[in-house]
Amino acid sequence: MEQVIANGLYLGAQYALIALGLTLIFALMNVLNFAHGQMYVLGGFVTYSVYGQLKLPFVVALICSGVTLAVVGALMEKFLFRPVIRRSKREESTMLLAAATAFFLDAIILLLFGEKQRGVPKIVSGVFISDSVILPYDRIVVGVVAILMIAAFMLYMQYSKPGRAMRALAQDRIAAQLMGVKVERYSMIGFALGAMLAGVVGGLLVSITGVNSGIGGPISIKAFLMVMIGGAGVVAGAIAGGFILGMMESVGLTVLREYGDVTYLVIFALLMVFLSIRPNGLMGKPWG
Amino acid sequence: MKTSATPKIVAAALFLLVLLAGVPLLISATGRTDLYYTLTSVALLSIISAGVWITFYIGRINIGQGAYALMGGYVSAILVMNYGVSFWLTLPLAGLFCAAASVLIGLPILRLRGVYFAMVTLVLTEVARLLALAIPITNGAKGIVSIPLPTGISFFGITLVPDFSNLANPRLAFYIVAVLLMALCFLGLYRLAHSRIGQLCQSLQQNEELASSIGVNIAYLRVVAYALSSFLGGVGGAMFASISQSIYPSSFTVADSVNFMLNCFLGGLGYVLGPMLGTFVLYFGWDVLFQTGEYQLLIFSTVLILLMLVLPNGLLSLALPGKRSV
Repeated sequence: MEQVIANGLYLGAQYALIALGLTLIFALMNVLNFAHGQMYVLGGFVTYSVYGQLKLPFVVALICSGVTLAVVGALMEKFLFRPVIRRSKREESTMLLAAATAFFLDAIILLLFGEKQRGVPKIVSGVFISDSVILPYDRIVVGVVAILMIAAFMLYMQYSKPGRAMRALAQDRIAAQLMGVKVERYSMIGFALGAMLAGVVGGLLVSITGVNSGIGGPISIKAFLMVMIGGAGVVAGAIAGGFILGMMESVGLTVLREYGDVTYLVIFALLMVFLSIRPNGLMGKPWG
Repeated sequence: MKTSATPKIVAAALFLLVLLAGVPLLISATGRTDLYYTLTSVALLSIISAGVWITFYIGRINIGQGAYALMGGYVSAILVMNYGVSFWLTLPLAGLFCAAASVLIGLPILRLRGVYFAMVTLVLTEVARLLALAIPITNGAKGIVSIPLPTGISFFGITLVPDFSNLANPRLAFYIVAVLLMALCFLGLYRLAHSRIGQLCQSLQQNEELASSIGVNIAYLRVVAYALSSFLGGVGGAMFASISQSIYPSSFTVADSVNFMLNCFLGGLGYVLGPMLGTFVLYFGWDVLFQTGEYQLLIFSTVLILLMLVLPNGLLSLALPGKRSV
């Protein structure tokens, strides 16, 4: 049982980090970023290139992933989402754009890195063994880094000036603008930050699960699940959703093992029931 | 809006005539029989996309149409294979089954709005795939294969529909059936959009609370619209299963669901013919780009992004500038 909880916490920490980026972009721009999983994959491949092939330290590789994705995110916001949001009649149009960028990133990743599964050497070797829990050290490192990043992100949002501006934006875009918040600039920073988080998680996880160009879509779906559980556009909700999904996955894989591959089916069914009771997730604001 | 309907009827009839007579003539003249399959697919996909369009019409973003297409395909395949029901009977049955399922699913999830609904429906596609893998009657990952071609219908000895397996060119037959279905579907859609219910649906799209406050039964309306949408998805999926004579859990995936949504977006959400045009452009664009090999997806997505940047309100907004005609 302790093993299940440890696995759940480890999964949850990564999931929460993925969901944070998605929910941040959603809160600021009202954009459902379909390309989030692809951003994650791109981050993974950057780390693979820098750490696995150029043999630079892992930390450098992670920073490279983060910076690359931040630039990609900022460019996407400035040249794609901003003009479309300004000109389209219905805000759903951004979803088409987001889906198209997901295809685009998929194509780029496929062309640049091929379709093979890629892995990198372990960052820390060895396995932590106690009476009831067995965890490889690299998983512990990744889990701890993820939790530290979540904490850093929350502190940044809570106490820094850009963080405050972004929270104001999420609350009320027009009111924030009237108070002198540079809306466009902080939208861009927010998008870049969200993309960066996706990239860093991708980089972190490449050291454990590896990466291949096809996992972008499934990762996006998982991120949507977490955001739905916690409530869209709420930072605390995304973290809660991430840990809940991680825990459910970990428990489900253990408990439902003899019924075959039905863990996700059960999770989806539970989600439907949950959403019919609480349509806005745990902490989401009512829509509309 | 008191314009005469005659020009529209004439235009529609001409369009249908071109599709049913002109296109087969052209194809037999040029010998490009592979186009039959492409055009049939376009017709069927536009029916499925039309379903998505209906949910857009009540102001919901539906990325779950793949689930119903898959369901429809399986219902038809299982009825034909295990119970020997005639395909023509399974076509409406598949639609009705999907509609019934969508009422059950829709009652809770239609309370969600905006992005929440979009995300739940996206997940629904994945649920359908996992279900098809898990339950025994769908035969798991192996799917159902070698489904027989549709049999004939005769009425008091008069053959209404010939047996497809005896036809020299079943592709042409499928093409004609698909075009007729498409015409029927868009006729119904046009009628729906211009009926009282259509007006009410539009009021939902604009403001549900307001609509509710003046006595529109919003819960009922949105379930009806969602059921109609799923009906179209099921019929399209059943037809697809019959043409390809097979159905797998991966026949309709999340990518397909997203594509159905893109078809509607691209054609323009404010126009009844939007899904048809969007499907045509997307499907043919994808096909034409096949020659570019590995760059296919790259070029395709770049064009999509550019289209969005230039025409954020859909292709038909080009032809009908400033006019929000439905």
